[in-house]
Amino acid sequence: MILGGIDIVTLIATLMAASTPVLLAATGELVAEKSGVLNLGVEGMMIIGAVAGFATAVGTGSPVLGFLGGAIAGALLATLFAVLTQVFLSNQTATGLALTMFGLGLSALFGKGFEGVRPPATGKVPFGPLSEIPGLGRILFSHDWVVYLSLALVVAVWAFLRFTRAGLILRAVGENAEAAHALGYRVIAVRLMALAFGGALAGMGGAYLSLVRVPQWTEGMTAGAGWIALAIVVFASWRAGRVLIGAYLFGGITALQLQLQAAGYAIPVHLLSMAPYVLTIVVLVVLSAIHRRGVQAAPAALGRSFHAST
Amino acid sequence: MNRRTFLQTTAATAVAAAAGLPARAADPLKVGFIYVGPIGDMGWSYQHDQARQAIAKEFGDKIVTTYVENVPEGPDAERALTQLALEGNQLIFATSFGFMDATVNVAKKFPNVKFEHATGYKRADNLATYDARFYEGRAIQGTIAGRMTKSNKIGYIGSFPIPEVVQGINSAFIHAKKVNPDVEIKVVWAYTWFDPAKEADAAAALIAEGCDVIMQHTDSTAPQAKAQEAGNVITFGQASDMAAFAPMPRVTSTIDNWEPYYKKRVAAMLDGSWTSESTWGGIGTGMVKIGEISSAVPAEVKAEVEALESKLASGEYHPFTGPLNKQDGSAWLAAGETPDDGTLAGMNFFVEGIKAELPK
Repeated sequence: MILGGIDIVTLIATLMAASTPVLLAATGELVAEKSGVLNLGVEGMMIIGAVAGFATAVGTGSPVLGFLGGAIAGALLATLFAVLTQVFLSNQTATGLALTMFGLGLSALFGKGFEGVRPPATGKVPFGPLSEIPGLGRILFSHDWVVYLSLALVVAVWAFLRFTRAGLILRAVGENAEAAHALGYRVIAVRLMALAFGGALAGMGGAYLSLVRVPQWTEGMTAGAGWIALAIVVFASWRAGRVLIGAYLFGGITALQLQLQAAGYAIPVHLLSMAPYVLTIVVLVVLSAIHRRGVQAAPAALGRSFHAST
Repeated sequence: MNRRTFLQTTAATAVAAAAGLPARAADPLKVGFIYVGPIGDMGWSYQHDQARQAIAKEFGDKIVTTYVENVPEGPDAERALTQLALEGNQLIFATSFGFMDATVNVAKKFPNVKFEHATGYKRADNLATYDARFYEGRAIQGTIAGRMTKSNKIGYIGSFPIPEVVQGINSAFIHAKKVNPDVEIKVVWAYTWFDPAKEADAAAALIAEGCDVIMQHTDSTAPQAKAQEAGNVITFGQASDMAAFAPMPRVTSTIDNWEPYYKKRVAAMLDGSWTSESTWGGIGTGMVKIGEISSAVPAEVKAEVEALESKLASGEYHPFTGPLNKQDGSAWLAAGETPDDGTLAGMNFFVEGIKAELPK
């Protein structure tokens, strides 16, 4: 299907793959923030995931193990953050920023031997005749398994937060840690788990960059994707479904502007590149207007340290 | 000592040092570098850092080199340059076009520190510029592209619409067209020097548009990896040899060889003969090198571009030789005419035949 010189099917298929790293990272960060912790270290966890995933995949020859390695590395870095902010009560904003810098430096150190190496290919899921359906087949049935996993995770996180008791506890911890503590829930333990989950997803998103989207290891290759993931969580007003929309919108605009250029359109690239951020600001303003008298969209205890007084 | 007085003393010491208090003979010359990307980009910044390592080895304990990588173009560059100057570096290389105004500003503040800015055009008494004639390499790439393309579509990933990049696009197109009149060029502007994911996406978009040759004026090897994945697409090493991707997709490369220039300038600093000047070297001076032409290139094409390379090196042939028209059809160069360096350095138009529009 061609519309104004742009192949819509290719565009949608490309944007789904292009958005997957930020979608994974943003879904993870959503869970972490829902527990009341603001982890600004997404970029650092992503790049650690990118290098660890790449190294594991190259070492073992298995992309699946690569993604697992990326997730573990991301979770480890997140656990470091969790220990610092939850046990030693360090400032979350400063620790998060430090985590980003730490991740960037550490990954550059570990990645030295992997420059110019080619990773094993991550296969497409074989859907057989389904992928032959014109249009839809390309969009729905032509991706690698991580794309489907990222979509499944969005649904899982949504269902977890909305329907399960554990999800309710997580939200309670994020809204009012003191009250949750008074009810006997272990605030620190819940937050540790939420942060580790967020780190694992960020690491996996990073691994998707180095194993599928680029695919190679280059120092500093996340180039700000982690910050976009953070913006998406705000854009989504802490709702899983909207994280998906946000990630595809942000990813889609990048893919769209490059395709438009390749098709020979002279487009105002700066305006398009700016659009996601302008949208985020608009969403924030609209949200605060809507919620003026009611509940805030952000978890009430977000970014606040919790210390149980004996 | 509180923070403010500490800063004042540090600044005062540094200013005193910069003002040229008699340096002890044993003091090594401090040479600083700022890079726009990481030194592990395997392209532009990597190549500058290779040259830095080479001079560090060459001059031994006579010099001390420092570098700052991943410096964004903009206010941060000014901060990084100031920092290097305050640390007592006497010769500072700013290695990206976008550092130009920052370098000019910092050079004003430190009249006794010598600055060198790559690919720019603003000079001062203590600010020299240097550049390489990358467009000579593009002439070779264009010839190979024109001969080898089957779809007659060349994809070009541009960084920013600045003269250095525009020269490359024009040169590649002119030489592709010369050997293959049906060829067309598609340009995608990435608006970044280094963003592997975006560069990969740009390459993917061009490949989806049917391009089977991808040229890049960005610094990472991501487009090479994307072309390798596609299989039947050829690319060229950019800034660095990128030999890891040979023989396919990388069929040859344009290598920036800064080493002789950095050696010359450091030597000039050591013997006190440094002056502000503008250097623009090409294949002839060794500043631009052509990487090994891989086995994927047919023998007769290889012979053709080797002949072209030696003509470029000797100066017998200029990549921009008239008759050439501008994109809008107006005359630019008459038959046999070649542009002067000033015109080239300010090139802000596409030549006739390119359909893409140059962003303002």
